[in-house]
Amino acid sequence: MGSLIKSGGVSGAILSRIATNDQHGENSEYFDGWKAYDKDPFHLSRNPHGIIQMGLAENQLCLDLIKDWIKENPKASVCTPEGVYQFSDIANFQDYHGLKEFRQAIANFMGKARGGRVTFDPERIVMSGGATGANETIMFCLADPGDVFLVPSPYYAAFDRDLRWRTGVEIVPVHCSSSNNFKLTVEAVEWAYKKAVQSNKNVKGLLFTNPSNPLGTILDKDTLKNLVRFVTRNNIHLVVDEIYAATVFAGENFASVAEVVKDLDSSEVNVDLIHIVYSLSKDMGLPGFRVGIVYSYNDSVVSCARKMSSFGLVSSQTQFMLASMLSDDSFVDNFLMESSKRLGIRHGVFTLGLKKADINCLISTAGLFVWMDLRHLLRVRNSFESEIELWHIIIDKVKLNVSPGSSFQCTEPGWFRVCFANMDDDTLHVALRRIQDFVSKNSNKTAEKASDNDQLIQNNNAKKQKWKQSNLRLSFRRLYEDGLSSPGIMSPHSPLLRT
Amino acid sequence: MKQLSTKVTSNAHGQDSSYFLGWEEYEKNPYDEIKNPNGIIQMGLAENQLCFDLIETWLAKNPDAAGLKKDGQSIFKELALFQDYHGLPEFKKALAEFMEEIRGNRVTFDPRKIVLAAGSTSANETLMFCLAEPGDAFLLPTPYYPGFDRDLKWRTGAEIVPIHCSSSNGFQITESALQQAYQQAQKLDLNVKGILVTNPSNPLGTMLTRRELNLLVDFITSKNIHLISDEIYSGTVFGFEQFVSVMDVLKDKKLEDSEVSKRVHVVYSLSKDLGLPGFRVGAIYSNDEMVVSAATKMSSFGLVSSQTQYLLSALLSDKKFTGTYLNENKKRLKIRQRQLVSGLEAAGVTCLKSNAGLFCWVDMRHLLDTNTFEAELELWKKIVYEVKLNISPGSSCHCTEPGWFRVCFANMSEETLDLAMKRLKEYVESTDSNRLISKSSHERIKSLRKRTVSNWVFRVSWTDRVPDER
Repeated sequence: MGSLIKSGGVSGAILSRIATNDQHGENSEYFDGWKAYDKDPFHLSRNPHGIIQMGLAENQLCLDLIKDWIKENPKASVCTPEGVYQFSDIANFQDYHGLKEFRQAIANFMGKARGGRVTFDPERIVMSGGATGANETIMFCLADPGDVFLVPSPYYAAFDRDLRWRTGVEIVPVHCSSSNNFKLTVEAVEWAYKKAVQSNKNVKGLLFTNPSNPLGTILDKDTLKNLVRFVTRNNIHLVVDEIYAATVFAGENFASVAEVVKDLDSSEVNVDLIHIVYSLSKDMGLPGFRVGIVYSYNDSVVSCARKMSSFGLVSSQTQFMLASMLSDDSFVDNFLMESSKRLGIRHGVFTLGLKKADINCLISTAGLFVWMDLRHLLRVRNSFESEIELWHIIIDKVKLNVSPGSSFQCTEPGWFRVCFANMDDDTLHVALRRIQDFVSKNSNKTAEKASDNDQLIQNNNAKKQKWKQSNLRLSFRRLYEDGLSSPGIMSPHSPLLRT
Repeated sequence: MKQLSTKVTSNAHGQDSSYFLGWEEYEKNPYDEIKNPNGIIQMGLAENQLCFDLIETWLAKNPDAAGLKKDGQSIFKELALFQDYHGLPEFKKALAEFMEEIRGNRVTFDPRKIVLAAGSTSANETLMFCLAEPGDAFLLPTPYYPGFDRDLKWRTGAEIVPIHCSSSNGFQITESALQQAYQQAQKLDLNVKGILVTNPSNPLGTMLTRRELNLLVDFITSKNIHLISDEIYSGTVFGFEQFVSVMDVLKDKKLEDSEVSKRVHVVYSLSKDLGLPGFRVGAIYSNDEMVVSAATKMSSFGLVSSQTQYLLSALLSDKKFTGTYLNENKKRLKIRQRQLVSGLEAAGVTCLKSNAGLFCWVDMRHLLDTNTFEAELELWKKIVYEVKLNISPGSSCHCTEPGWFRVCFANMSEETLDLAMKRLKEYVESTDSNRLISKSSHERIKSLRKRTVSNWVFRVSWTDRVPDER
């Protein structure tokens, strides 16, 4: 720190490095989309030409079910006449173990969200300030400053803040690529691990989100098993963020790491290394209520995380309400089924609409977003600069706020995460129409010119496709040359909070 | 390779010490008027249970707030989705005004300078992350809230260096004690980043005098360091004197827009004044934009539930309610404190004269066998096991003088408090007679063990099952 500071004269009052560095990640240029949206937010009737927010991974599809339940169950609130007799006890309750009924209800919900294939022990359920708080807490428990966690990319942008900022932990990405549909393989993890160890890094574990953000894909059970075996062999931790567990579309299978722990023999899995992060922000669409969970099979970690939960307990008012709601089996069963169904339908409508505009997405079976392939629209192939340029066009001309792949540390330019569950059907259709209109408008314009030169093209469907695409790129080039808005100052809101 | 982090294996969270006895005993044998009248009475919990009825009445009259509605329309969806770390604007505005009201509207609080946190536990830790790092220290007057060891040091790596206060002047902060602490930090090779005080004080129940506040402001000015004033008990002032906040002093010294004011930060919470510790509502107030900015981002790790923000924004915006509540709260606390003080007096026990807080700082030095912390521990065990009262020994608050105990009075009914005082009186009377008989033989034995154990050995006594208390 140096003697300058010790003199107490010059820099005694300066802030900490954490407060003044950029490690919270909120100074990046990705905020342009947010800024544009904030200035001109879409509204079906009041501002139909505004920017549609598709950068927000919220689940707004089933809030009606929850709202109805709350209306029908006034006793679940400590503020209503029916429930106020509990007010003083609940308002006074700050035990960091959390309300027993709350933990039981959460364990119940988590089990049902996994098809009843596993059960969770309420005694291992530890509260945190959302999954944001849970991820930071688990890092504080498992790693010291300078230690490394391997995280497959592309990954949730805010991990840079949540895992690293105040903890001093380092992230080493395990890059996944489109060559195998961004699937995480044990080989890739092994390679990244060896490389890190060889560079004298102290690797404490592997962390990933499953189902994946931003991909929306689910890791197959065999790979998950092999990863569990891998971490056990190398004595490093495995943290699986299962925040999207119940966003799995109807009919699809999700294998939680909890299932793998149950299935594997004790010689193959050291349960002290396995930890799950969870939250109700995505599955239930309640990010405002700040319900994060750390679930660990390691007793010391449970104990430590519980003490740390003092820094981010769930409001007892919220615990009480959810304890009641999530122990209502008929509500939970219906909710999970409806949610799965609605998400699957919404996903289908959206991807079909995109196909009409010749836009493909990575095949996914979960999540609140699609991983859209716009590589063919990059002005310069494989260029992140082009990705950002394309992104600005999408914001300014197509008027959609989407998230560029580079914000998720994706190594291949041209991929975008586009959210579909944070709006109503009408808005989704407006978004799709805009995409389709834009694509066809730019193809038609160039078609008028091209027909004089090449009539053959119009008769051949396959060639038409290719031509459309290349002209699309041409039309984007025209837009590039028209001059785009350059990155300005950042939005006052934190999109990292909302991704 | 070490499997878990050093934070797991260290005991810097302070919850490991042998002092868990009191809590464990209470948990095993909790007093209940009807079901367990001989159980241990909990007097180690600084909760305010005196005014829930006022809030419950308000809830009955305000169904919209209770039912997540605005003007009769449900806003459930908006609240469910609201996770903006800037917080609900109506809530911050209401909170700022409430803080002003508590200070007699003599100072103003700008809602934009408020950062919400999950309780003052989180607020204090967040401020530490913003102001200090490993190798830095904050000076704290002793005795202080045991939870600070965890909140300020555990995950931040910062250190606490005590400013020793003594009973000789009512535990007030003196200039020489400040200077001594500052020098001590330097001897320990620590970089002093600031001072943190709780005002009104926990565990003393007293307010900082203007003299002390002026001293602190002058000191941080000359040393160019920060001052954090944790004013969590500001609404529990029941004496005739007004609560003087550090903000009052800045105003009086005309330092409101000065560079110094940027280094003064206030921490607040609704856990004590409103008795709502379960709702996890804490706040940081700072004049430094960078601190507000960094703390706001950090609040992501512990935001206040939106349904709670909404409910409280309605509650605190109702000025009729807040005015009535603050007055009633004062009245009831005063009555209850008087009851404790006179009960203690009847047992021949005095306490530090106090005019705030939810507890008294009780002088039991005359009940110690010797002037040692060992004796304090012995006395404490007796009070827990025999008198069946769980109170907090001064050493757990880092007090430098043995024999002081913090005794809470606002977390039980009048009848229970009465009973507690009766038990204490009986114990003191029986001990007095015993002491006269065996005094000489005791003295012989104790003189062999006359050694004051250092303070840091005695950490807060909490089991894993103990609620987060102050």
